[in-house]
Amino acid sequence: MSSNSEKPTPPAAAKPAAKSPPKKPEEKPIELPAFEKGLADKIVEQFGEKVEVAFVKEDRVRINVSKENVHDVAEFIRDGLNYDHVESVSGVDYPQDKEIEVVYHIGSYTDSSLARQILVLATRSQREEDPIPGNDATKLPSLRDIFYSVEFHEREVFEMLGVYFEGHPDNRRLLLPEDWADLPPLRKDFAIKGR
Amino acid sequence: MTAELPPGLALQKVDERIMTLNVGPQHPGSGHMRIVVQIDGDYIVACDPDPGYVHRGEEKMAEYRNYILNIPHLERPVIHDSCNVLYPYVLGVEELLGIEVPERAKYVRVIASELNRCIYIMYWLAIYGIFLGHSTMFMWPAGDREFLIDLMEKMTGARVTHAHFVPGGVRNDLPPNFEDVCLRQVNYFEKRIKEYAAVFYDNPILISRTKDTGVLSRQDAIRLGTTGSVLRASGVDYDLRKKEPYDVYDELDFQVPVMKEGDSYARSRIPWLDMMESCRIIREALQKMPKSGSVRVKLKPNPKGGNDTVYKRVESGRGSLGCYIVSDGKPEPYRVKLSVPSFRNLIALPYLLKGEKLGNMPSVYWSLNYWPVEADR
Repeated sequence: MSSNSEKPTPPAAAKPAAKSPPKKPEEKPIELPAFEKGLADKIVEQFGEKVEVAFVKEDRVRINVSKENVHDVAEFIRDGLNYDHVESVSGVDYPQDKEIEVVYHIGSYTDSSLARQILVLATRSQREEDPIPGNDATKLPSLRDIFYSVEFHEREVFEMLGVYFEGHPDNRRLLLPEDWADLPPLRKDFAIKGR
Repeated sequence: MTAELPPGLALQKVDERIMTLNVGPQHPGSGHMRIVVQIDGDYIVACDPDPGYVHRGEEKMAEYRNYILNIPHLERPVIHDSCNVLYPYVLGVEELLGIEVPERAKYVRVIASELNRCIYIMYWLAIYGIFLGHSTMFMWPAGDREFLIDLMEKMTGARVTHAHFVPGGVRNDLPPNFEDVCLRQVNYFEKRIKEYAAVFYDNPILISRTKDTGVLSRQDAIRLGTTGSVLRASGVDYDLRKKEPYDVYDELDFQVPVMKEGDSYARSRIPWLDMMESCRIIREALQKMPKSGSVRVKLKPNPKGGNDTVYKRVESGRGSLGCYIVSDGKPEPYRVKLSVPSFRNLIALPYLLKGEKLGNMPSVYWSLNYWPVEADR
């Protein structure tokens, strides 16, 4: 008897459980790693609406900033959060948005709590159809006066995507030949033969 | 006149006393790179590295091939260290596709990665030796390297370009009896490299040529964002195998060699100490490795990543090596960026060479553990 009376209950209990999985994606933000969340919060606290936290993952925080604010945010990242060097500067071309994104991956050697962390700072610049590298509107402020280590990286982005960094002391070609007269090669409209 | 020229073409006025020398790009002393040095008498007053002679557009090529086809050509920047140069890409793709790697594959990767580190360092050491005029130090590492290359050949089937790491594990399982052969070779290798101290590292002529040349202070090493042996020779204890352990490095016991001098001697000694730690890691990994099991997760054909970005990094033979992958939901990555240690360390060269004698250039330049092909990509 008792076993019979118990039998109907499990399906009843299972039904609310079956409903719960769709809710799970909403719960995910609560499981954000605490330390990384704290870093993102500090930046948001300082700059408010000017910054957008794109994602907070384990060991990685990504901040999107407009090009007017990127210099101030980078300065705060160095002075307020103890990051001290840039590992990588990557340019990504988005022809459909008419924008070029420049992504700084910033790390820290001096602060041992940040040794695992990489702060990803992304900003976007206007993109022109017929680029004249250096003399068109595709410009961003250079972060070289804040992070010395971006010097060669920004030179590379300049020649590969045509993003001119204002305030960079040495905007020369680095990897490409001096007489390169084609489009910046990492733009999407520069096609490889046969592909 | 100069104001109208586009940036990058502006002319520079020079003092007549100063002579400009082009070293490279085909000069053996510079590798495949041109170094423009300005000298006053015998002293270098300015130095302008000009990489790009062997630029092959690896990053552009990666945008046209799917995640699996990218494997063989993305290891080409450093063929002697091909497992390590591929490692961050493979880890990144695994995160994008959400793949869990079998335990045995993780150990096989660590062993392959450490063997590759030694192979690379031996090659670098051979070059460093010959440019200091020490031809024994060219012959010994070039010969002893073969023990490990034989091991890698047994493991992967290729002497240098292994293409062994794939998203989801490694391409093939270890051959039968590999553990015993590996242990024997590695033990002998370790005995051999200890003998290098007597002929090279404790050699007074070498010490007089490299001590106190090209000193990089701790503060500058951090500010310039250097990495790997250059950073650790300047007293910063930073190794990604300890700081951000990937695969099974957190289960292995090893030391990270650090020196405080920051000169050419320290920079050349750190990789040698690294090799001894690598031998330790290999022995321990062979012991702890599961004796059987799968080494590769089967993937769907033409796997697609979501709309996501990922940045993974590993410690290669030269330092921290990062890979930034942007995926837009297609089988091909939207953008792959390799953040290579050689390129990051290159920025230190003008600072180190300023004020040095021209004759010290090779000892400073090669002590940066620099690989021109990797910097150019």
